Amino acid sequence: MQTETSVKVEQLKTAAEAAVAIIRFHGDITSTSKAVILDAYRALPAGTDKLIFDFTKVDYLNSSGIAILIQLLMEAHKTAQAVHSFGLSAHFQKVFAMVGITKYTHLYPDQAAALTAFS
Amino acid sequence: MTLEKPLSIELRLPSKLGFEKIAMQTAASYATLLGLGLDRVEDLKTAVAEACINAIEHGNHGDEKIIVGVILSMDHERLEVKVLDHGSGIQHAVLPPDIDKKILGEEDPRGMGMFLIQALVDEVEWVSNPPEGSYARLVIYLDREKH
Repeated sequence: MQTETSVKVEQLKTAAEAAVAIIRFHGDITSTSKAVILDAYRALPAGTDKLIFDFTKVDYLNSSGIAILIQLLMEAHKTAQAVHSFGLSAHFQKVFAMVGITKYTHLYPDQAAALTAFS
Repeated sequence: MTLEKPLSIELRLPSKLGFEKIAMQTAASYATLLGLGLDRVEDLKTAVAEACINAIEHGNHGDEKIIVGVILSMDHERLEVKVLDHGSGIQHAVLPPDIDKKILGEEDPRGMGMFLIQALVDEVEWVSNPPEGSYARLVIYLDREKH
């Protein structure tokens, strides 16, 4: 019934050649997504300090999924990583603002804007 | 779509995570048919999904043999969704999440479902009626400006 979560990690560079890791989520983000998401995050190269979340291919996100994203943001906060996000629908941009997540990840309309904002 | 008399739809779902998507999509189709705007349909989808998740996880403790009931109904002013389970109901107040505490690990990162429901619909009540069970009643006004 649930679409499995998959996560793809890529490395990008800003115009100033700074390294940025991008985590692209696919499918549903729910309580069953925890291991795949946290494992992908924890496998990022040491020293990663700029991170982008891509929600473009997310089909369904619920409060348990949001809790997993908060766990990622907890870990990012501990190591002073900056996190930008893009690809959320207008509805989930509103939900992220309601629960306060936008205090810990800035939302951008697309990848180019999220990447440029690191410059 | 104009209806001469109230129309209701009932679903019976197993208490298994993932089946809330059936209630969510049914509510979305129903609301769209009644002419609700896209933004309100999205609000309803999230609220219905969260109410079903609460019923599955907390009301029926994930026992797949126990049914979560979902009743969608409408009149000329409102769309109502009742989500029924066999639990003892909600025993605590609904508090907004404190994101700073969550990020610092001082508050469970979970536990936002009821807050989202309350924030996204126009009316909500949680009714405990043991031993028969409990239900959440969610209401969205068809024309918010009239209320």
